[in-house]
Amino acid sequence: MGFVMDTLYLLKRHTLATVRIPIWVFMSLVSPLVWLVLYGQLFKRIVELPGFETNSYIQFLTPGVIVMLALFNAAWGGMGTLQDLTDGVIDRLLVTPVSRAALIASRVLHTALTVAVQATIILLVGLVMGARVPGGVLGVLTMLGVAALLAGGIAAISNGLALITRREETLIAVVNFFATPLVFLSSAFIATALMPGWIRAIARANPVNWAVQGARYAMLGSDWGAVASYGLLLGAFAVLGVLFATQAFRAYRRST
Amino acid sequence: MDAIVAEHLRKTYRNGVRAVEDVTFRVAPGEIFGLLGPNGAGKSTTVRILATLTQPDGGTARVAGHDVRRDPAGVRRKLGYVAQVSGVDKHATGRENLTLQAHLHRVPRRQVRERVERVLAWVGLTDAADRMVRTYSGGMQRRLDIALALVHEPEVLFLDEPTTGLDPETRAALWDDLVRLKRERGLAVLLTTHYLDEADRLCDRLAIVDRGRVVVEGTPAELKAGVRGDRVTLEVEQRPAEAAAVLQSLDRVLEVVPNGREVIARVLHGATAIPQLVTVLERAGITVQSVALQRPSLDDVYLFHTGHRMITDDLAPDGLGSGEERRSWAS
Ligand SMILES: Nc1ncnc2c1ncn2[C@@H]1O[C@H](COP(=O)(O)OP(=O)(O)OP(=O)(O)O)[C@@H](O)[C@H]1O
Ligand SMILES: [Mg+2]
Repeated sequence: MGFVMDTLYLLKRHTLATVRIPIWVFMSLVSPLVWLVLYGQLFKRIVELPGFETNSYIQFLTPGVIVMLALFNAAWGGMGTLQDLTDGVIDRLLVTPVSRAALIASRVLHTALTVAVQATIILLVGLVMGARVPGGVLGVLTMLGVAALLAGGIAAISNGLALITRREETLIAVVNFFATPLVFLSSAFIATALMPGWIRAIARANPVNWAVQGARYAMLGSDWGAVASYGLLLGAFAVLGVLFATQAFRAYRRST
Repeated sequence: MDAIVAEHLRKTYRNGVRAVEDVTFRVAPGEIFGLLGPNGAGKSTTVRILATLTQPDGGTARVAGHDVRRDPAGVRRKLGYVAQVSGVDKHATGRENLTLQAHLHRVPRRQVRERVERVLAWVGLTDAADRMVRTYSGGMQRRLDIALALVHEPEVLFLDEPTTGLDPETRAALWDDLVRLKRERGLAVLLTTHYLDEADRLCDRLAIVDRGRVVVEGTPAELKAGVRGDRVTLEVEQRPAEAAAVLQSLDRVLEVVPNGREVIARVLHGATAIPQLVTVLERAGITVQSVALQRPSLDDVYLFHTGHRMITDDLAPDGLGSGEERRSWAS
């Protein structure tokens, strides 16, 4: 009970802060939108190659860009915690009986929700550019859910890293190092069938790829079995991420 | 029952810094207890241990009857904590800050509004309640910090340098408020400070902490009485070093330190000794321009026990209290 209420109270606080400076929500949309438009035009005819699940590249690309956005955005999730650490907010919260897990959970949920909203905006742009959703409403909701799940897991890891390293520089370095390659080691932009064997092997173990595949199948409504298994994998990934963040939080408490 | 009991607390940080070596004290309900000490003495660490923010390596501590290690949740329900560095959320309003804190402190939902209003009025922030905290002045932020620590009506209040950076008027107002709080609610207050006047005026009892240890404890009056002699400051026209040597030879002069054009002496029965001091100096050919007499202040107590002057400016920890420095009056 305490956990749920505390999470909601904190979620409200994080959300208000985001809504008050909405510029960040839009800034982080800019680059995915640019990718969507540029790649969508530039590689329009790539779907003529065999191996794509659809015959419209924008259709193929939209879920890829949505997941990319989820990843990029969630990867920075730890920044909020770092800010709270420097501002003394974390200490101020820790002297209350607040559920410790709620501190992590509220951050993770907040990122997941922000990503869901942003993903909707990307989807709308994708639709304008010609993408369709054969998967229907259920397909769209599932796609958003998949993106949010990945975002949750990544945000948890990012928060964990923030608590362990307590340095912005480290977080920036890690995000810059991992984020873009993780996208390219997935089927966000190119059909799995067209990947070199070694990339395909890595992609199979890449949560970003699970999310891209899950989101795409959901949007297409073509393979719900695959959607379910990718969803399960992502769920497990999110749980692991949260466990990591919880441990990191313990470590942080011990080190101060 | 004591509101705060700290017994032989010890804490070494992960980086090897022995922040607290042996700290023991008790604070009764309705008492304001001060921790005084130079930078790096371990005051904040002690407070953080009591506020369950950090774990001690040794010793025990109880706050409002709850053991900080075995029952931190119990401690948290009873305590209010104002950190040395502000913990306000700058991108929220004052009211939002307080409402969140009240909820997290498990104030019954129906009472939250009223408590928030009351505490806002109490710290004089009602008019600014709906402004973003980042637009607050330093003093307003500090008052919000204090409001955050009080919104759930704690039994024990920890204040880590609550008045640093406040203007004299705001400081005085806060002092009055603290006295009111302890009188009206029987709140126990643990306060760290660098201001000796603050400690003198506010604290019922205090402990001077140096390098992780309590070096002396008592009421301000007791501590002052413990310093023998009065402080006599003589301004001389020339040769202060020589003047110091001359004075040192007198029996009732306990200690002398030249300080620029002045000579500061700690003298038994200072008032009656002044004529004698002036005469010896004149005889040695040194003209005295002014004489000032001071009963021992907390400043002297502090100096006597830690060997350094109470200054808020940064003192490099390694430069503190070397052997020679310990008993000298200079800084
Ligand atoms: N989180 C930390 N990790 C490592 N060392 C620390 C930490 N916090 C404080 N210290 C060290 O512990 C010692 C005691 O610090 P503490 O903050 O308790 O002193 P203080 O008496 O509050 O000083 P000040 O008057 O400057 O606030 C110092 O040497 C400080 O550098
Ligand atoms: Mg301190």
